[in-house]
Amino acid sequence: MKNSLQRLAERADAEGLLDVAYANLDSPFGPLLLAATPRGLVRVNLPNYDPEETLAELAAKVSPRVLEAPARLEEARRELDLYFAGKLTEFELPIDWQLTHGFRGKVQRAIGRIPYGQTRTYAEMARSAGNERAVRAAGTACGSNPIPIVVPCHRVLRSGGGLGGYGGGLPMKEALLELEGVL
Amino acid sequence: MRSLPPFQTLLDEYATDVMGVLRGAVGWADAEDCFQETFLAALRAYPKLRSTENLRGWLLTIAHRKAIDHHRANGRRPLPMADPPETPVDDPEPPDNGLWEAVGTLPPKQRAAVALRYGGDLPHAEIAAALGCSPAAARRSLHEGLKRLRKELR
Repeated sequence: MKNSLQRLAERADAEGLLDVAYANLDSPFGPLLLAATPRGLVRVNLPNYDPEETLAELAAKVSPRVLEAPARLEEARRELDLYFAGKLTEFELPIDWQLTHGFRGKVQRAIGRIPYGQTRTYAEMARSAGNERAVRAAGTACGSNPIPIVVPCHRVLRSGGGLGGYGGGLPMKEALLELEGVL
Repeated sequence: MRSLPPFQTLLDEYATDVMGVLRGAVGWADAEDCFQETFLAALRAYPKLRSTENLRGWLLTIAHRKAIDHHRANGRRPLPMADPPETPVDDPEPPDNGLWEAVGTLPPKQRAAVALRYGGDLPHAEIAAALGCSPAAARRSLHEGLKRLRKELR
């Protein structure tokens, strides 16, 4: 049955019926779920969120044609493995931004441009998204980042030097910053 | 209406049932092709599906149609059933020697009714929907099919 299902995922992909492919990845922080459309990586689910809920959300917001198809996520898995091993500082995989909108979307794209090993404040992110007074909205945008780690919202801190928040939990944010040599 | 679940959940829950029905309907050797055709057709139609009730029945109905297509393409000749697959499969289920082979010799309607009832565990009403006949007719096909099987296997 495993072979049949694998063949099905391949054929669905070849016939343009695989709208959302997903795969699991064992990370140092626990299992990650990665999801991609034909355009690129669309969602990373951190270990402390229910993957079933995330898949249901993808089915509702992107397309119900959601299949487990690790072959389509090979590049994402490879780059993330290297990143966790400290051997990759810049992700090159294509990203599909369709789950981000409006001001939040602008903030999230700006987060995507923060270089490895550097940090920014929520206020700076508000400014680079074009509205320096919207600091709280910038914080919300970080919190609702659909592609954490690859879009490095862990590099955004509070103005006073405090860590701020993190969807994956503060210990994970600290560990990622440590990995990048910031802390 | 509830939104559609990710298609993968249909595979996780019903792929085995669909394969079981198809093995009964077209034999082990050809079940794999029909399985692929069934789920590709389902995947194509899925976003436009209007109801999430009875997704299993929906899939088994598609499987039944694919089995009919398969028989048509083979000119409805009696088919060699339960041929060993050409490549080794990783599936631990042993073929049910004799029984499904005998099912394969039944006339198409009876064979489909038996496959849907015992391969797919569908109730009479759903077998009727899949076969496009009345529940009474479905029950009759099933009854006739079972009668013949009993005779064959005695």
